[in-house]
Amino acid sequence: MTLEQSAPAGSILVVGGGISGLTTALEAAEVGYDVYIVEKTASLGGRVAQLNQYFPKLCPPTCGLEINYKRIRDNARIKVLTLAEVESVTGTPGAYSVQVKVNPRYVNENCTCCGECSAACATEIDNAFDFGMSKTKGAYLPHGMAFPQRYVIAPEIIGTDDAAKAAEACKYGAVDLAMQPKTLNLMVGSVVWATGWQPYDAAKIDNLGFGRYPDIITNMMLERMASKNGPTEGKIVRPSDGKAPETVAFVQCAGSRDENHLPYCSYICCMASLKHATYLRSQYPDAEVYIYYIDLRAPGYRYEKFYKMLKDDPKVFFIKGKVAEVAEEDGKILVTAENAVSGEKSSRAVDMAVLATGMEPSLAGAKPRADLVFTEDGFIVNDYTRGGQFACGCANKPADVVSSNQNATGMALKAIQTLVKR
Amino acid sequence: MQKKYGVYICTGCGIGDMLNVEKLEAVAAEKRFDCKNHPCLCGEEGLNLIKADIAEGTNALAIAACSRRVNFDIFKFDGCVVDRVNLREGVVWSHKREEFPGPVTDDEKADEYFLDRIQQMADDYIRMGMARIEKIAIPEPYQLENFSKKILVIGGGVTGMGAALDAAAAGYEVTIVEKEDTLGGYAAKMRRQMPVQMPFESLIPPVASDQIKAVEASSKIDVKTGTVVARIAGQPGDFTVTFKKPGEKIEFDVPLAVPEAQRYDENGKALDVDQIREIYVKINEGRADVLQFDPNGSKYGAVILAAGWRPAELDAEAFAHLGVGNADVITNHQFEMMAKEGKVVRPSDGRPAKNVVFVQSPGKDGDDTDFDYCGSVTSMVALKQAKYVREDYADGKAYVIYQHMRTPGLQENFYKSMQQDPGVFMTKGEVTAVESAAEGLVVTAANTLLGEEIQIKADLVVLAAGMVPATKDDPVVNLAYRQGPGFREIKSFDGYADSNFICFPYETQRTGVYAAGAIRRSQTIEESMEDATGAALKAIQCVESSNRGVAVHPRSGDMTFPDFFFQRCTQCKRCTEECPFGALDDDERGTPKPNPTRCRRCGTCMGACPERIIGFADYSIDSVGSMVKSVWVPSDMDFDEPPMRILGFVCENDAYPALDMAAMNRISYHADVRIIPVRCLGSVNVIWIKDALSQGMDGVFMMGCKHGDDYQCHFIKGSELMDVRSSKMGDTLTSLGLEDERIAQFEIAIDEYDKAPELINKFVARIEEMGPNPFKGF
Repeated sequence: MTLEQSAPAGSILVVGGGISGLTTALEAAEVGYDVYIVEKTASLGGRVAQLNQYFPKLCPPTCGLEINYKRIRDNARIKVLTLAEVESVTGTPGAYSVQVKVNPRYVNENCTCCGECSAACATEIDNAFDFGMSKTKGAYLPHGMAFPQRYVIAPEIIGTDDAAKAAEACKYGAVDLAMQPKTLNLMVGSVVWATGWQPYDAAKIDNLGFGRYPDIITNMMLERMASKNGPTEGKIVRPSDGKAPETVAFVQCAGSRDENHLPYCSYICCMASLKHATYLRSQYPDAEVYIYYIDLRAPGYRYEKFYKMLKDDPKVFFIKGKVAEVAEEDGKILVTAENAVSGEKSSRAVDMAVLATGMEPSLAGAKPRADLVFTEDGFIVNDYTRGGQFACGCANKPADVVSSNQNATGMALKAIQTLVKR
Repeated sequence: MQKKYGVYICTGCGIGDMLNVEKLEAVAAEKRFDCKNHPCLCGEEGLNLIKADIAEGTNALAIAACSRRVNFDIFKFDGCVVDRVNLREGVVWSHKREEFPGPVTDDEKADEYFLDRIQQMADDYIRMGMARIEKIAIPEPYQLENFSKKILVIGGGVTGMGAALDAAAAGYEVTIVEKEDTLGGYAAKMRRQMPVQMPFESLIPPVASDQIKAVEASSKIDVKTGTVVARIAGQPGDFTVTFKKPGEKIEFDVPLAVPEAQRYDENGKALDVDQIREIYVKINEGRADVLQFDPNGSKYGAVILAAGWRPAELDAEAFAHLGVGNADVITNHQFEMMAKEGKVVRPSDGRPAKNVVFVQSPGKDGDDTDFDYCGSVTSMVALKQAKYVREDYADGKAYVIYQHMRTPGLQENFYKSMQQDPGVFMTKGEVTAVESAAEGLVVTAANTLLGEEIQIKADLVVLAAGMVPATKDDPVVNLAYRQGPGFREIKSFDGYADSNFICFPYETQRTGVYAAGAIRRSQTIEESMEDATGAALKAIQCVESSNRGVAVHPRSGDMTFPDFFFQRCTQCKRCTEECPFGALDDDERGTPKPNPTRCRRCGTCMGACPERIIGFADYSIDSVGSMVKSVWVPSDMDFDEPPMRILGFVCENDAYPALDMAAMNRISYHADVRIIPVRCLGSVNVIWIKDALSQGMDGVFMMGCKHGDDYQCHFIKGSELMDVRSSKMGDTLTSLGLEDERIAQFEIAIDEYDKAPELINKFVARIEEMGPNPFKGF
């Protein structure tokens, strides 16, 4: 056995357990380095866990997540901390001290995932995983593909009877309501930020009517609806009446390429809407899809082919023009746009409008205490000369999953270089 | 190893409520295995129970509890073989007492012949687990005799140099081989390049020149210019590479694969393996065989393929409307070369080219696609080149006509900064004609933002031709593999050396060879350099994994590898042909030579082998076959109406998790089904199916990943190969007097957890209709 032929010097900390973070962590660990993954939520998986399918293959993201979870299971070098946030990073490349706050799950490792706690719990809370379109019990499993597969007690029910009932229902002593937040101090050689993105808040875009009319939804909400484990068990329906939509409009660049919102292009929204058109067209063979765009950005031969496939669909219509307004009129959603080529303003009444909202870096708001350089918009700038800390995936720039994973693989090497230099 | 067996039954999570644990223990007693149960086996007390036995010498354990996908870390015991008998998700969570009642009254409980289907299922799973731990062994890693950690980078452009510098910075020795006489590739030939970092606003000098200096200064990198790879033989960790001058013909030029067209006779009938081998030998006359290693070859551990691209040439006929053929209508590549030399001028007369129109899309018949092999790079190149016009002439004007301005992500910043330039005009439009006029050219465009039809006078027209990957013309990597020298799927990727996988962009069918840069997809310099770093990591990971004797993705860390019992090999070549990773090279007799570090451990060879001579330490014809044989098949001697026995081989990557998820959602399927997880459907050997049917089982199904162009199989072709194998079983079934319909294969995606039980139930219903297997009871 030559397992220890390349003994690792120091560890790598990966902040964020989405697809980019998982990639960096696994790729580094499989070279032979020790890695911590610090994930803010109760489960690994990140944004992609919420997606129904990936473009352009139309395959389920859980397929890749499952393989990655298997790789974690088989690799003792990876330590996963969930419900954990990095509070500060001090030190220099090769020798960082990282303070991590671990929030209580109120469920310990005795949890067998039997579900009795959830059954005993009466309170229902908004399910953020479904963007509030569904409820979960106060004791819940984040989702079917949660990793670790372990229940969580929502902080909302702590101190209520419900929490006590959940604790009582557990035969395995897994519910621990006295659990307190704790702070860990980790010594690592390098830090990779894979903090990802969040959907831009569509309510901030006044003219697009989100939040005022129920049948105006966001692309990520549509993604949840299309998912079998989502609020409608995979059926895409009008939120107002639960009916099948016959006409759907997609509003591209909802917030992106807009100085008042996100000045950059969010990279994925064109492809995402094309993909959404396939969801709709396969569920409703007669439905019509209207896509309003400025430029259709389908970069690379695979995406171009996908776009071509949609162009060949006689019920998918592409309209080059920026949408000026989305509102409701007589129970329909009215989309008004200016055709960029003809200059004509036109309105179309549809059953449902989907706003292709862009991606905002998760660190656009509050920043961790760490020596990082941010763009005005909150992306982390990589400084390879200084090294030590790096950003990958959408913490660094808007990107699709393929490019994020290419970049996340590369950042594993940058982190390793830091350890080797020391 | 000397084994001491133990069976551990967890009665928690509803297992003890639904099943008769005493009966389960009685099953363990059939083989006189020690058996213990605990209400929470995964808890401290339960684990201590197991650990105490291990301390006493127990080393082969069947843990009858939850799915192997949970509690993976706590039921792992050093020096022990373990099977996870899935009673929770596989039995109690996926079956309901309302559908399959158990004994309730005292009479029923006392009735030996009471048919409790769920209990029988659990009993069988324990038998199968016990059978498996009897047959499996602890794997020992494969160790190469010679080992090199050195990395070979093919291509000395920004991608290749980037990869080399990154690998060197992590401490690895690297060789760059570049076919031209200087390093730098295309990126060094540019006047200026797109920005590589924030704020992505202005052009920068080519980064290639700094890279060249860094490469030259590095003690870890050696450079071979004016050199190409003649062949790469061997396997990761131990590649033997022969270099040569471009165009040279040498003995160690790589053997070629038999072209697709030559694999059929004049009537279109597929030739057999021996006939194809004859052609193979003929076309490779004068070239050393793949198994003959160049004694003067250089040793490498892994390869990075960064051979880049060539500028596309535009066909004058296809693009006649764009004036191709006119001296002043040139491609973006020709423009770049001119701009590097000096000011931009008209090639026809050398006069300044002050009005330049950049055409992004051929714009014919309302088609809005760009030229072939463009990606979004050419949009940005046009913006960059528009800037050159403005740099060269204060009164210069650049017009960019596009269908879609493709500057995704943060590249939008550069687009925006260009919009500030009053001499750069950009419009969506369809270029309908480029024609000669009295002075220069006239470009006509329709449907533009400036009007329905516009005409622009131009000194020069630049067409946005694409970037053709080097692998379109030539395998480049020249692997001396029996399956052929190139990447295997290249056609479905338009000639790019790309990966089929979204989640795993570096995975291809050739272990230890990682592509990066414009050879995998048209990419900017920034993207290519990032890609290079990723490929360097994968190359390093591959040599380190090979050194440890473990598999790389997707079975990373797996220490098993296929073992061949060569005495019984009949040289049928099926394993060599079917291996998705080209891990086997057979000799002139057809006996396979394994290359374990090329292998990804999917078991396709094991599934393919008609002699059943291939197996892994913990996964073999015998281990699975014994599980099949351990299933109790009741006949009418046992019950008036005996229950059916349906066997399912289920892919552990996607279908098995889907069934687990169905169980979590309490979706049930028929209790007469027995599931065996397999590494990949490609590893399913038809002998298991035959055995199952000859012992009286009523039906066998396979459940695996989707195949086709967008296949989801992690091992490329597993489910497809199995489909072919089972379709060929018709004769065997007929000889057994059985209907074809007793075998079925289903494709399932991991998220179709509602569909998986449905498919199973439909299959069971179909078998029920057919009636029992007549072999039952014999």
